[in-house]
Amino acid sequence: MSNATATAPNYELIQRDGLDTGLLEISMGPHHPSTHGVFRMDVKLDGETVVDLQPVFGYLHRNHEKLAENMSYLSSMPFTDRLDYFNSMTNNWAYALAAEQLIEIEIPERAEYLRVIMSELTRLVNHVSLVGFFVNDLGALGTPLLYAFREREKILDLFEQASGARMMCNYFRFGGLRNDVPEGWLDRAREVVDRFPKFLDEYEKLLCENEIILSRTQGVGNLSKELAISAGITGPMLRASGESYDIRKVDRYGIYDRFQFRVPYSEGDVGDCYDRFMVRMLEMRESIGILKQALDGIEDGPVLGNAPKVFKPKPAEAYGRIEAPKGELGFYLIADGTPKPYRFRVRPPSFINLTVLRDMCLGQKVADAVIILGSIDIVLGEVDR
Amino acid sequence: MTTPNTSPGIDLDDTTRAELERAGVIVSKVDYLYNWARGGSVWPLTFGLACCAIEMIASATSRFDISRFGSEVFRPTPRQADLMIVSGTVTKKMAPQVVRIYNQMPEPKWVIAMGACAISGGPFKQGYNVLKGIDRYIPVDVYLPGCPPRPEAVLQSLNYLQEKIRTQDIKSDPAFTVGRRQYPVPEFTGTDLEPPYNPEVWQPPANPNAQPLEEATA
Repeated sequence: MSNATATAPNYELIQRDGLDTGLLEISMGPHHPSTHGVFRMDVKLDGETVVDLQPVFGYLHRNHEKLAENMSYLSSMPFTDRLDYFNSMTNNWAYALAAEQLIEIEIPERAEYLRVIMSELTRLVNHVSLVGFFVNDLGALGTPLLYAFREREKILDLFEQASGARMMCNYFRFGGLRNDVPEGWLDRAREVVDRFPKFLDEYEKLLCENEIILSRTQGVGNLSKELAISAGITGPMLRASGESYDIRKVDRYGIYDRFQFRVPYSEGDVGDCYDRFMVRMLEMRESIGILKQALDGIEDGPVLGNAPKVFKPKPAEAYGRIEAPKGELGFYLIADGTPKPYRFRVRPPSFINLTVLRDMCLGQKVADAVIILGSIDIVLGEVDR
Repeated sequence: MTTPNTSPGIDLDDTTRAELERAGVIVSKVDYLYNWARGGSVWPLTFGLACCAIEMIASATSRFDISRFGSEVFRPTPRQADLMIVSGTVTKKMAPQVVRIYNQMPEPKWVIAMGACAISGGPFKQGYNVLKGIDRYIPVDVYLPGCPPRPEAVLQSLNYLQEKIRTQDIKSDPAFTVGRRQYPVPEFTGTDLEPPYNPEVWQPPANPNAQPLEEATA
């Protein structure tokens, strides 16, 4: 760990060409266009170089865990939507997985397929928006983000047809899904999925070999594999640092063992912003592959098992985790025999991925700190909970 | 096609008005012209707090396109913005900054409380760290319910705001008479906000059960 952690040089007063220049401290945030929400970075600068960085959060602490400990298990489901508000479907799934361990319930086949379809569509929404925001932080104001949101709207329409809401879907239930998808939904989903690669081609052509993106992101914000593993980084960030680790492959939760897909990861040990950007671009292609297989394999049937709405699980512990678009999202529940959980704990991927922000930013320019933060892919609802 | 009435509230018969317009003269009120221009170019602040911020961004993208209503110029600095869209949950740690940003905005300025959380605390109202409505500290012009509201709703709230702007009277509106409105910034003590609300802006609702004696007996 000692080698892996970068340390700040001990600057007190810098003398340069006879000028006495001290360190400049700036507070970026909580209201700052680049911090992706209400996040604050206290940055110490020597000229333009970051010599120290202190992240300050808690501006969006909404007491998720405490609220969930005071309501029944099912009542927490809509609250999980609002954790990582880009990916309500995957949040639902992680929570449903944890609670299903407590009550041991069979999930119908069709529900399993729809869960995979919804989660992979969510992954597309998340990655495409993230790339848009990331390029926005680089200075490409507008265009890539508008392209990204255009595609996002198509998928949100599907979510709206299935669940009634664009963002806060609240679609999963213990033992399946709340309702079946409407008639013709699968055809519309296939249409969106079939058209998506064409958009990705365009997006990749615009961005992946863009001179400005290459020079701004390559070699910026390096994260070594060693530090990434010891800090508990998961998701695309860990894979960009050279470790092929994907919970869809490790746990094979749901029915992920039935699908053929590859896990993109970076071969080198650099783990810079460009790697993190590229891993997400490649992951979208794999998601489309999974979606096509799932849309081929899905059959008619019920979508909800006979799960009771209010139940009192026996005293037990359960941990359900999934590969959310941002990393490992886990829910840890302790049941004590009452209808409410005794302890409700969220393992948020973006919070844990954020812990290496200081290590990645030291020695970089202040404009790069903005990009590095953007490449981590944080959502403050999940960081602060 | 009829010519729009450019002189509302001015006692002028149609023939005189048409005659004047032929001569290139338009009789109008300063209020009308000023409000027309103001309402057509409201510059919102790029100010995202939580989930609703994503729908606010979506309302600015191509499908919904807030620029049709003249408000696409999102400014990151409060010094150049007219409109603050409080988009999301205001926690007790964040509330002082929200009030401070509002104080920095120049007049005239308006506030849209977007989403259930900004209006009342929403689903997180029971939480120990959530402010139960931003209207406790700053005046709110339009309340936009939803969790989160759809982008179309954002556009409608903007239309309501424009309607409100059109009725502004420059002579009496506080935006033009009292200078830059500033409200005291509450202090976050680590557990709660001090004071809990600004009595100038908000008063706790009266208890409906505590009726005066004569009304109760009548």
